[in-house]
Amino acid sequence: MPEVTFREAIREALYEEMQRDSSVFLLGEDIGTYGGAYGVTRGLLEDFGRRRVWDTPISETAIAGVATGAALIGTRPIVEIMYIDFMTLCMDQIVNQAAKMRYMSGGKVKVPLVVRTQGGVGRSAAAQHSQSLESWFVHVPGLKVVMPSTPCDAKGLLKNSIRDDGPVVFIEHKLLYNTKGEILAGEHTIPLGLADVKKRGKDVTIIAYSRMVLLALQAAEELSKQDISAEVIDLRTLKPLDIETVLSSVKKTGRVVICEEDCKTGGVGAEIWTQISEYAFDYIDAPPIRLAGKDIPIPFTPSLEEASVPDKNQIIKAVKEII
Amino acid sequence: MHIEGKLTGMLHLYIGEEAIAVGACSALRRNDYITSTHRGHGHLIAKGGNIKLMMAELMGKTTGYCKGKGGSMHITDIELGHLGANGIVGGGLAIATGAGLACLLKKTDQVVVCFFGDGAINGGQFHESLNLAGLWKLPVIYVCENNLYALSTSVKEACAVIDIAKKAQSYNMPGVMVDGMDVLAVRKAADIAVSQARNGEGPTLIVCQAYRFLGHSRSDSCPYRTKEEEKMWKTRCPISTFRGKLFEQGIMTKSEMEELEGKIERKIEESVKFGDRSPFPAPEELEVDVYA
Repeated sequence: MPEVTFREAIREALYEEMQRDSSVFLLGEDIGTYGGAYGVTRGLLEDFGRRRVWDTPISETAIAGVATGAALIGTRPIVEIMYIDFMTLCMDQIVNQAAKMRYMSGGKVKVPLVVRTQGGVGRSAAAQHSQSLESWFVHVPGLKVVMPSTPCDAKGLLKNSIRDDGPVVFIEHKLLYNTKGEILAGEHTIPLGLADVKKRGKDVTIIAYSRMVLLALQAAEELSKQDISAEVIDLRTLKPLDIETVLSSVKKTGRVVICEEDCKTGGVGAEIWTQISEYAFDYIDAPPIRLAGKDIPIPFTPSLEEASVPDKNQIIKAVKEII
Repeated sequence: MHIEGKLTGMLHLYIGEEAIAVGACSALRRNDYITSTHRGHGHLIAKGGNIKLMMAELMGKTTGYCKGKGGSMHITDIELGHLGANGIVGGGLAIATGAGLACLLKKTDQVVVCFFGDGAINGGQFHESLNLAGLWKLPVIYVCENNLYALSTSVKEACAVIDIAKKAQSYNMPGVMVDGMDVLAVRKAADIAVSQARNGEGPTLIVCQAYRFLGHSRSDSCPYRTKEEEKMWKTRCPISTFRGKLFEQGIMTKSEMEELEGKIERKIEESVKFGDRSPFPAPEELEVDVYA
């Protein structure tokens, strides 16, 4: 099976869906000639031309709204918002318009919009360019939220996000773009709302998503050398959440470590743990450990930035604490 | 008014501004699009909306346009080209711009009319949307319903430059000011703008000066307007003046007018009866249609 980078996998998904469906088009800042701030859309302007790949001015509100309007009347726009931190500027159109139009219209309209964005620490980009804001979107009814961790998942999930008839927020991670992985040859999509057991185990369930999945797998590898068998679940889609896969694992292991990069307070982990205690209370043998981003703006200097989010050693330590 | 007991929630009446909706929408084809505002009943009617479905929606009934789940501010009828009333001031500006972009991409000669008020002029969405439309030459006609007040804030208190049509210069599109109480004047300006948009010549900003005869909503008694001002504008009622013209020019007789107005009254009464006898949505409807 071919091996590609996370970035290339996303580009392939965009290319294939644009080939397959002429109503799919791209909008975003610097995505055409420049190929995107993180190089994801490189080459697509040459492949598809200016009517399918639109370079926009810096107008996040209008970009999101224009995409909403275009989606309403039968096209499938994919918006790139350069940094998730800039989603703040799109919030009215995404939250008050796109997410709600189907419900408010009594089911008459659909808004098949994808907003692709990226977040996370690791480039010393500091507080306004390093956030993980997924919980904001998980909280809005009408939105789906997808956060892949591997090239294969990224490609399959993005294809289905594009084919979904509602608004999807597809969140990439800046440190994942250069990571490599095998993708399946040929046409391959992955359903939204389906988690993936990335490593089977029996002693503890480590729940993670996006870049934290890689750290969780590294930790699990080291733990296995110490005879601790950790099961790693990659949520892949945060909304709708595949709680069934999580619960099956928890019923087996009885112990949970959640690894997330977003700030702990009000983060995705809080929701996951609450659902676990609601639906599998009798199976839990230890309190959960939520390893999450500290409740701070992300600092600039690399050593502090690193310390603001969980790392592999913290995961290993956490597992040992509850075994 | 007698039906007010049956209407719940927020209601923003269009009375006084009828010439704008009718003048603009009469220049459109059925498959052209409009975006509307929180004050959108007039837009819906002028675009050919179904009064029964509208009344049922205002009453929150399941037979309404949005199954009772949207209400006055969110009525949508895609088949009619109505992309939605909007509870966010300026919320329709970017959506209309996007619909214009999609028309361009689909290579149809459809156009989009975007209704918005003077209250939306100073929001970022106005600036961003018109800039994109001017930049990309989108087939969008931006119709500003300048009724001089955004709730209680007058245009003079809100805008650094009160000549709204002049702002079009910032976006490389024509900006015209029109008497929004004169349906023929609005129609004339709309015809020009629609024709330009259809021919690929890009967007226009039309600013219609008008007045809402009643308050912003039911709870507004207009303490910020003088009685003299209100009285003056009421003498310019768009419906009365147009009716007068029809008689003057011998286009309709008084009895023909009475017959027509009788028909309209009955239509409205029927719509109220339709709403009255329609059921509210069932509890099972609560979580339906969140996702496509």
